[in-house]
Amino acid sequence: MKAKKILTISLALAMAATAFAGCGNKDDQNKDDKQQGAEGDTIKIGILAPLTGNVSVYGVATSNGSKLAIEKLNAEGGILGKQIEIASEDEEGDATKAVNAYNKLVGEGIVALVGDVTSKPTISVAQKSVKDNLPIITPTATAADVTTFGTNVYRTCFLDPYQGETMASYAKEKLGFNTVAILYDTSDDYSIGIAEAFKTKAEGLGMTVTNYEAFNTGDQDFKSQLTKINTSKPDALFIPSYYNTVALIATQAKEVGLNATLMGADGWDGTLEAVTEDNRDAIEGCYFANHYYTQDETPVVKDFVEAYRTAYGKDPISFSALGYDSVMILAQAIERAGSTDKEAIIAALAETDYTGVTGHITYENAEGNFGNPTKSVSIITIKDGQYALADQYTPGK
Amino acid sequence: MDLTYFIQQLINGLQLGSIYALVALGYTMVYGIAKLINFAHGDIIMVGSYFALICFLQFNLPLWATFLVVIALCALLGVVIEKIAYKPLRNSSRMSALITAIGVSFLLENLFLLIFSSNPRPFNNRFPSTVFTIGDLKISFLTLATFVITIVLMVGLSLFVGKTKLGKAMRAVSEDSGAAQLMGININNTISLTFAIGTGLAAAAAILYSSTYQQINPYMGMMLGLKAFIAAVIGGIGSIPGAMVGGLLLGLAQALITAYISSSMVDAIVFGILIVMLLVKPSGIFGKNVKEKV
Repeated sequence: MKAKKILTISLALAMAATAFAGCGNKDDQNKDDKQQGAEGDTIKIGILAPLTGNVSVYGVATSNGSKLAIEKLNAEGGILGKQIEIASEDEEGDATKAVNAYNKLVGEGIVALVGDVTSKPTISVAQKSVKDNLPIITPTATAADVTTFGTNVYRTCFLDPYQGETMASYAKEKLGFNTVAILYDTSDDYSIGIAEAFKTKAEGLGMTVTNYEAFNTGDQDFKSQLTKINTSKPDALFIPSYYNTVALIATQAKEVGLNATLMGADGWDGTLEAVTEDNRDAIEGCYFANHYYTQDETPVVKDFVEAYRTAYGKDPISFSALGYDSVMILAQAIERAGSTDKEAIIAALAETDYTGVTGHITYENAEGNFGNPTKSVSIITIKDGQYALADQYTPGK
Repeated sequence: MDLTYFIQQLINGLQLGSIYALVALGYTMVYGIAKLINFAHGDIIMVGSYFALICFLQFNLPLWATFLVVIALCALLGVVIEKIAYKPLRNSSRMSALITAIGVSFLLENLFLLIFSSNPRPFNNRFPSTVFTIGDLKISFLTLATFVITIVLMVGLSLFVGKTKLGKAMRAVSEDSGAAQLMGININNTISLTFAIGTGLAAAAAILYSSTYQQINPYMGMMLGLKAFIAAVIGGIGSIPGAMVGGLLLGLAQALITAYISSSMVDAIVFGILIVMLLVKPSGIFGKNVKEKV
């Protein structure tokens, strides 16, 4: 009997671990506002990113981009005549650890924060930061909720629904598709947000959504879903997920014999490298939304790409570009504010009119759309086994 | 929906199920003999996959040699883990051993995260990429190979445990390790052998699994291990045919639920089946009721 009991307990444990994996803690420490980091000779800016763990690829790239911008600013004399000091924390892609790291950074007296990187931990940090009224600019958190908690949170990237809507109009207006299927991750806010927006927009434009299929984070087998989708022969299959999952799905779509054009969002950046040589044809001719295009010839992009290559020995991904732009936007806001006063920086952020690596960015701060940039989307395709720019697309234009 | 669709989904389910079954065999084997739920089992698959990747890329070994090398390395790793982590705890409570197993699992995951980073690696399929087509049905060579290898290993394992002297020693240790020792059976060697076989099976599963999905990462063993564990419990943990049946049932259930009910409900329903199973027949389909000796 004992064996059975242990078996039951361990099963319960395993299930509990899965169930609670996403919960964050809500500790309320660190209420006291520490002195501002600008009182010395430097201005202290926090960088929060997952530098290790499951999403470290994004975290490291973003943090590298931000650091590159700070080095550039420091070399040019800093901001307000002071050098910028970096306070960097690793949150391992975990919401609880992100809040703890945030508290630590606030304790160290940062004047503003560049971060977090992925949506889930950023939401936790944003909620926590409202009380501190700390200026935050997240380079890459695309979930709609991120900027809704207070007026102190801005972002550099476009947001999830915007990508979904853009891809839906692109499918209809530019590619002439009439039937689309959607395969999304039910356990990921990012994926759900884009999938819902795509579906609503697609139906609004008169397209038929043949399938709305789901999977869970960590799934490896998608053949059942793809076999099901294949029976309705859609023009396109929209997969709002990250590159590693997209690589798996694309490979299996080929196996199942699905002929639809694959479409996706910015999480696809890196898909080409995640697919084996033999399966490159599975993603040939796909389309996905992205923040910028590496081979862009405009000087700001070219200079950035070259500086990044020199500094880190590899190509910047869009996360790096957004990390870079975020620091630049923040630095300009601090210059405009003329001080490191939180209120002044936040007010100055609203006045942003910046042209950077990821395009021209302004904040209209319309009702219900606070802290979100107005910018164009780069539509990337894969042609002859290489990324290529298909279009610079703003829906409705 | 028509018959072809149904059969294609059955094939999808069988392929997934065969892999679950293969992994579940390792769980059930170790549990049957050592009465330990080896939560690190899923991570051995991850380790085996990286070993296989190194064999392919660094040493350019052919497929059969990779199988031998990876199985040998993983079996060795299994024995080492048993000696270092589980043996000192053999006489403490089962819970301590279980928690240690979870610890070993985290250790392996983080070690490989450190060495190989979290970036998934593409894994080339070295099996023939032939696809057999019957009408509209598609069956890949790998699907058949996975199914056949799983059945062969299951039968081989049953025969080994049932017919050989070493197998008899295993069963004796499983029944009553104290008495077995008095009869002159070397318990340490027997348990080491069990771990070697269990992790060897995981290594075989690793190559089949990675060749099927063609992508590996340090976390790949987690969900796979959990699902295979459920398969082992449904089949009756400790029972070799049970692992096979449990694995196939789980795979088929996943495919058919996706096909005919809803893909967003799959995990909820699968875990639901597990709960019902534990309530109705806690010992699993092939599980024997534990007799209390007087």
